[in-house]
Amino acid sequence: MPAPTTATATATTNNNPPTPLDFKESDTIPLPPPKPFQPSLRHPASRKSIYDRALSRPPSSTSLPAFAHLFNTLITYHHAKSASVSEIEGRLNRAGYPIGIKMLDLLLYRQGGKAVRPTRLLDLLQFVHGVLWRGLFGRAADALEQSTSKREEYMIVDNEPVVNTYISIPKEMSQLNCAAFVAGIIEGVCDASGFGTEGVSAHWGEGDEMWPGKTIFLLRFQEKVVEREEGIKAAGG
Amino acid sequence: MSYYFTIIGTRDNPLFEVEFGTSKVGGDGIAHFRDEAKHMNQFIVHAALDIVEEIQWTNKDMYLKRIDSYQNNHVHCFLTGGNVKFMLLMNPDPMATTYSAYSTSPPSRPSTARQSTTLLAASPNSQATEEAVRAFMLEVYEHWVKCIMNPFYQVNQVVTSPVFQNRVGTAAKKYL
Repeated sequence: MPAPTTATATATTNNNPPTPLDFKESDTIPLPPPKPFQPSLRHPASRKSIYDRALSRPPSSTSLPAFAHLFNTLITYHHAKSASVSEIEGRLNRAGYPIGIKMLDLLLYRQGGKAVRPTRLLDLLQFVHGVLWRGLFGRAADALEQSTSKREEYMIVDNEPVVNTYISIPKEMSQLNCAAFVAGIIEGVCDASGFGTEGVSAHWGEGDEMWPGKTIFLLRFQEKVVEREEGIKAAGG
Repeated sequence: MSYYFTIIGTRDNPLFEVEFGTSKVGGDGIAHFRDEAKHMNQFIVHAALDIVEEIQWTNKDMYLKRIDSYQNNHVHCFLTGGNVKFMLLMNPDPMATTYSAYSTSPPSRPSTARQSTTLLAASPNSQATEEAVRAFMLEVYEHWVKCIMNPFYQVNQVVTSPVFQNRVGTAAKKYL
């Protein structure tokens, strides 16, 4: 009869103080002791780290062909992994998002001691339209507009996005706009500065004879951001 | 004169913290907080985050100056564009600060109290203090931007780099 034997065994175990290794009977497993912290930082031969590099940028430092090649690789990668146009755009957007978060602080740092944080919606939009665009593409964006129908929607227009210079879109994917990457950067900047968005997307501006590559970035801010903005306005701030 | 400096992420999560003392006027550069101050400092700094959230939309500057004080502790804040807070707590005479109502604290030592009148935290609102803290914060900001420019750094990740820690220590020695 196996049952009484088991009961005796349990009783004997209960009488003895539990040993550290004897955790089969109980249902708790002791955690292993934490490993001591071991720095895994490796220095290059020159003993220079990223903290030794200067943050101010030499003028027009990145070559367009090098960027175009990298951007092409990025799109090819995401194209191979996605099933639909919207998925490619979503992936490109997410690729740009962390860049936006970092660009915000880098650009503020480069403005020097007089830098101010964008605290109002208009300040932020002008920051994106001017400072961010100049930092990324060397010129300001072409237009900044507010939607006439919805108060939380804004549009930034670029007649000829640099990122689309060497991109040709196949016919069956004509809706795809690879400036979704830039839209992701914009979203990162907005989110990081505390203006949450429902999403930033890139659309073709159709019917413009002069600028066939015209791209409209649609910024949809969250309802609470607009409400906060009106609250500040009402308080006279 | 002791300092507690911490960096708080966008979700009010601590990313980096360090304690140091003043290196000016005979300071040895080591923090002299009492044992109970170790957790009280974190508590005081986190309590001050509410005030940061209140004023961050009305004040456009990155350096928000002194935002809070509790007993002998003064908290200065620097807010980056990405909503990361640099919080600096300063205490001119940490050994004499009582955190609890119980009379376990030793009485203030007159020698340290007199010495600290020439120090920054003795006049937490003065121009000199603000300028020194501003210079310190701007230098940390430079290193912070370099840190987040690392392509492998993601937002709200804890900073463990010993190089960053050294740079903050150097800035502290230079200005505070």
